[in-house]
Amino acid sequence: MGKYAHVINIGIQSTLVYRVNFVVRALFGLIPLFSLILLWRAIYEGASGPQVGGYTLGEVITYYLMVNVVVALTSVTEDDWQIAADIRDGRISQFLLKPIDYLRYRLCLFAAGRLVYTAAALIPTALFLWTQREHLQLPPSPTHAAAFGVALVLTALLQFFISYTMALLAFWVLEVATFIFILFAFEYAAGGHLFPLDMLPPAIQQALQFTPFPYMLYFPVQVYLGRATPAEIGQGLVVQALWVAVVYLLARAVWARGVKHYSAVGG
Amino acid sequence: MPAPAPPSAPPGLAANLARHAGIYAAFWRNSLVREMGFKINFLLWIVVELLWFALQLSFMAVIYSHTERIGTWTQWQVVLLVGTNHLLQQLCTALFMTNCVKLSENVRSGGLDFMLLMPVNARFVISLRHVDFGAFVNAGSALAVMGYAAMKLGVHPSLAQMVSFALLLAVGLSVHYSIMYLLACISFWTVRAQGIIWGYYNLFQLARLPDEAFRGVFRAVFSFVIPVLLVTNVPVKLVLEKLGSPLESLWLVAMATAMFWASELFWRWSLRHYSSASS
Repeated sequence: MGKYAHVINIGIQSTLVYRVNFVVRALFGLIPLFSLILLWRAIYEGASGPQVGGYTLGEVITYYLMVNVVVALTSVTEDDWQIAADIRDGRISQFLLKPIDYLRYRLCLFAAGRLVYTAAALIPTALFLWTQREHLQLPPSPTHAAAFGVALVLTALLQFFISYTMALLAFWVLEVATFIFILFAFEYAAGGHLFPLDMLPPAIQQALQFTPFPYMLYFPVQVYLGRATPAEIGQGLVVQALWVAVVYLLARAVWARGVKHYSAVGG
Repeated sequence: MPAPAPPSAPPGLAANLARHAGIYAAFWRNSLVREMGFKINFLLWIVVELLWFALQLSFMAVIYSHTERIGTWTQWQVVLLVGTNHLLQQLCTALFMTNCVKLSENVRSGGLDFMLLMPVNARFVISLRHVDFGAFVNAGSALAVMGYAAMKLGVHPSLAQMVSFALLLAVGLSVHYSIMYLLACISFWTVRAQGIIWGYYNLFQLARLPDEAFRGVFRAVFSFVIPVLLVTNVPVKLVLEKLGSPLESLWLVAMATAMFWASELFWRWSLRHYSSASS
């Protein structure tokens, strides 16, 4: 296990080089979030009751804030591009020769990247949350908070394994960026990034339950908000864990086939 | 072969314009040849952009399934706004985006040397060399949505309104271009300016929201310092006859002029920092 600890260490060192980049990104990212919050405020001011689409203003604001926190903690930013580039440029050969597992290696780098990003984004995000403190809600109970933590880890794993599998498409096609963006667009809408999914018509909500998308963002936020009953939380965590297992096996299978197809360009 | 004699006196305005138009036509030809080399990729990018446009529209559809209006804006008015913003964004991508992203690469690699040595205005070459044709296709989808929204609203703008609308869009486009160019010039100081330009996409998202949703410091900053809130709102309000006063259009024009000069000054100042990469 020692070698993977070293990988995490290297990952932290190399991401620290770009800490300014992270802070700038976090700051730019706050602008659309802030504009969304203002937009919802304007909607509530014109609304007839305290609720719009089943949410109070405080709940909607907390929803968007937590969406951004979950994204910061779990989303894959550079890793998929790097994996695709490693394959395309033939750099992956060295991993085939060394006693190191590429998936584990990448998972360590991902964890290191998220750690640094969280640390760099912590101050701007905390300041921003503080400006919204009158609306920000806390989880209703310690149980919800604990379940949120578990769901967060599963979300990160799900995000990582899906991105990893998509990046492995580079074994077959030259340019994976478009495929990644298409999947990202679906995730953006069906994961609950744009709006809470329970504001959608019931038929669409039902259909989404059969995809992994709600478990990539929406589910942990619902747990945090206390909008899921204990039974729903338990069931949700099981389904989420199943999705993680499925995508993990898929990633392993795609890797096995990809390596057979691999021709070590330039390697 | 008679080589063209170097002009002894500066050429007249007409000759100068004709020369730049000729160069610009060559940029278009080169870009088209380059794009056709990757046809499938070209088509897939169009799909990606269409998906994101559909997402923006679905966001508004979801909001309006739970509310009647945002401020005074009704659903189809907002659709017109979102469509117009998408048109501007795609035109900006088509004409300027790639160029601004490439500037930071060229600063890092020293490729900028070649552009500075060309016997033509350097900013002209840097800003306009690459044309992204796929974005024009997506601009077409934006026009279709705008037309549909106008039909739903029963808006029949007069010719004068149409012309002013188009002119204001051009002014808005120049605002986006100036800001983007200004941000690209930051690459003379830091090597990772690409991230900053992509960050500007976040501001584009702001431009598609009705200005009435904002107030206070936030609205002031994005109307008077970085005027992205005006860019789409002013022309759309003109067509919908929602403008508070004609001064709003004048203000957009004034801000566009100011932004252009700011970017020009910053560009000249930045250039003095440039010390090639290879030598």
